Amino acid sequence: MKRQTMYFRMITASLARRKSRMLVALLAITVGSTILAGLVTVYYDLPRQMGEQFLAYGANMIFVPSADSEGMRSEEIDEAVAQIDADVEGAISYCYESATINDAPIIIAGCNLEETLKTSPYWQINGALPSGDNEILVGLEQAEFFSLDVGDTVSIAYLPPDAVREGEQIIGEVEGKVYQDFTVTGLLDTGSSEEEYFFISDTDMSELIDSDLTYDVTELRVNADADELAASVEKIKQTVPGVSPQLVKRITESQTTVLSKLSALVLLVTIITLALIMICVATTMTAVVTERRREIGLRKALGASDRSIMLEFMGEGLLLGFIGGLVGSFLGFGFALLVSTNVFNSTITFLPALIPVTIVVALAVTALACILPVRNATKVDPALVLKGE
Amino acid sequence: MALLELKNVYKIYGDLHALDDVNLTVDEGEWVAIMGPSGSGKSTLMNIIGCMDKPTRGQVLLDGKDIANESSRGLTDIRRDKIGLIFQQFHLINYLTALENVMVAQYYHSMPDEKEAMEALKRVGLGDRAKHLPSQLSGGEQQRVCVARALINHPELILADEPTGNLDETNEKIVLDLFRQLHDEGTTLIVVTHDAEVGASAQRVITLEYGKVTSSHGDTSFGKAARKDVV
Repeated sequence: MKRQTMYFRMITASLARRKSRMLVALLAITVGSTILAGLVTVYYDLPRQMGEQFLAYGANMIFVPSADSEGMRSEEIDEAVAQIDADVEGAISYCYESATINDAPIIIAGCNLEETLKTSPYWQINGALPSGDNEILVGLEQAEFFSLDVGDTVSIAYLPPDAVREGEQIIGEVEGKVYQDFTVTGLLDTGSSEEEYFFISDTDMSELIDSDLTYDVTELRVNADADELAASVEKIKQTVPGVSPQLVKRITESQTTVLSKLSALVLLVTIITLALIMICVATTMTAVVTERRREIGLRKALGASDRSIMLEFMGEGLLLGFIGGLVGSFLGFGFALLVSTNVFNSTITFLPALIPVTIVVALAVTALACILPVRNATKVDPALVLKGE
Repeated sequence: MALLELKNVYKIYGDLHALDDVNLTVDEGEWVAIMGPSGSGKSTLMNIIGCMDKPTRGQVLLDGKDIANESSRGLTDIRRDKIGLIFQQFHLINYLTALENVMVAQYYHSMPDEKEAMEALKRVGLGDRAKHLPSQLSGGEQQRVCVARALINHPELILADEPTGNLDETNEKIVLDLFRQLHDEGTTLIVVTHDAEVGASAQRVITLEYGKVTSSHGDTSFGKAARKDVV
C-alpha cells in the first residue's frame, strides 16, 4: 500500500467515523460557501438585474437632432442604435407636430405606440393603445380639458408650416388646413408631461402631415452601466452626425449609485461570512485538536514528525473545505436563484466558473482557520498525554 | 552486549529528584521488569528510555548512541526506528480498525503493508478481529492489537508500561505468553509494572524507590543465552 493511500484512509476514516464533531465544521463551511457562492452570483448578475429594475423608471438615453439638423430620419436612428455596445431593451422615436382642436392648440406625437411601453413601462393607460387607423391616445390633462373619454371622436386640424404665411391668422378656416377625425382608444395617466400630449401612430402622423416623418426625439432604454452608456454616446457622436445622443442622468446616476451601494453591501456580507466560517472552523478544529491530544501524542510516540501531524490535521480540514466548497457552490446557485426570484423577480444565470472559485476560497479559508489549531497539535507532548490513568 | 546503558542519569523538577543518579544496563535480548511504588520514578524512567523525555543530567546510551542530548526530531527518529511502545491504556486510535491501527505504526516507520499487518494480528490471535474498531474489542484484545503494533516494525526494544494493568487474569496470561514468545525470539523487553507476577516473568527485576535503583535481581546471562539459541 502506498503511503498516500494510507494517508487518505486515515483522514477519510477520521471524518467518516467521527461524524458529529466534523459535521459542525462541514456545516459551517457548506453554509458559508453557499452564502459566498450565492452572493457572488447575485453580485455578477446585479448590473443586469438593476438594469431591469431601472427599466421601470424609463429611458436612460435619448437622441435629439444635432444642432444643424431639423429632425432625425429613421435610417439615422437605426444607425445610431447599432453603435450601442449593449442590450437595447427599447427605442421609440417621437415626431411632434402642432395642431388644433376647435382652434385650441395641441401637440400631437407620432410614434410606434406598441413600442412605447418598453421605454415607458410606467405609463398607465385607461382603455387601450391605438391599434388601428385613426385611433388616438389622449393625455389625461388634455382629456379633461377637452372633455374626452374612451370611444369619443375628436377632430384634429393640422396646418402645414408651409401653408402659413407671415402675419396670417391661423385660427378658423385657413387655406391648406387639414382635418382628420380620430377615435379615442385610451387615456394616458403618467403624472408627468406626457399627459399634455395626444399620441397617434407613425402611419397616421405621416398621413396627417402628408410627408415622411423626421423625428424630434428618440427615447432608449439601454441595459448598461454609466460607463458603457457614456462610451456608446461618444461612439454615436463620432459616427452619426445627424444624431445628438444624451444620457438621462437622473436614471443613469441613480442606477450607478444604487449598484455601487448594493455591491458594497454584497462585498461586506461576503467578508463577514468568510470571517464567520473561519472562526467556526478554527473553533471546531481547536476543539478537535484538544479532544484528540492523546491520539496526537500516540502518533508522535509512534514516530510521527511534526510535519506528519500538520499534514494529517490540515488534510482533514482541507477535505472538509473541499466538500463544503463543492456542495456550497451548487447550493449557492439555489440561494442566488431564491434571492433573485424574490427580490428582483427574475431568474439568474449559473456561473460554472464559480464552482472552482468557491472550492478554492473554501480551501483557503479552511487552511487559514486550521493554521493555529494545527500548530497547537504539533506542540502536544506525548509523555504528558499518554501517561497515567 | 548492552543495548541500553544509563549512566548517572538525573531528572530534576525544581527540588524534586524524579530520577537520582540512575545507573542501569540492559543487554540485547534481555527481559527486564522495572518495579516500584507510585512516585518512585518508573514513568519518568520509561519516558527517558522511550525517547519521550530527556534527562537533566547523565548519559543514556541506546545501541551505543547517547540519546540524552538528541533534538526532539532526533528522538522522534530513534523512537520510530528502534522502539516499540505498549501502554496500560492501550492508546488505540478509536476511529481506525485493529488492522489500520497496526498499519499506522508502519506508516510512520516506512511503508504500510496490509499483509504484514494482518500477519502481526494473526500472531497475537486477532486475525478474525482485524476489521473491528477498538470499541468493538475487549480490553485484552485491544492490548494484543497494541502488542501487534509495537512489534510490527521489528524494534530493537519493546517498552511496556503496565501492560497488564487493565487486564483480567486470562488476558494477562495471553499477553505474558506473547512477551515470552518475543523474548524467546531475542527481542529486548523492558516492562514497567506493579504486578509481582509480571515482574516474576522477567529475567531481571529492577526496583526503583525515590528515583534511585534500590535493587536488581535476576539472571542477566539468561537473555544472552536465549538470544544465542534463536541466532
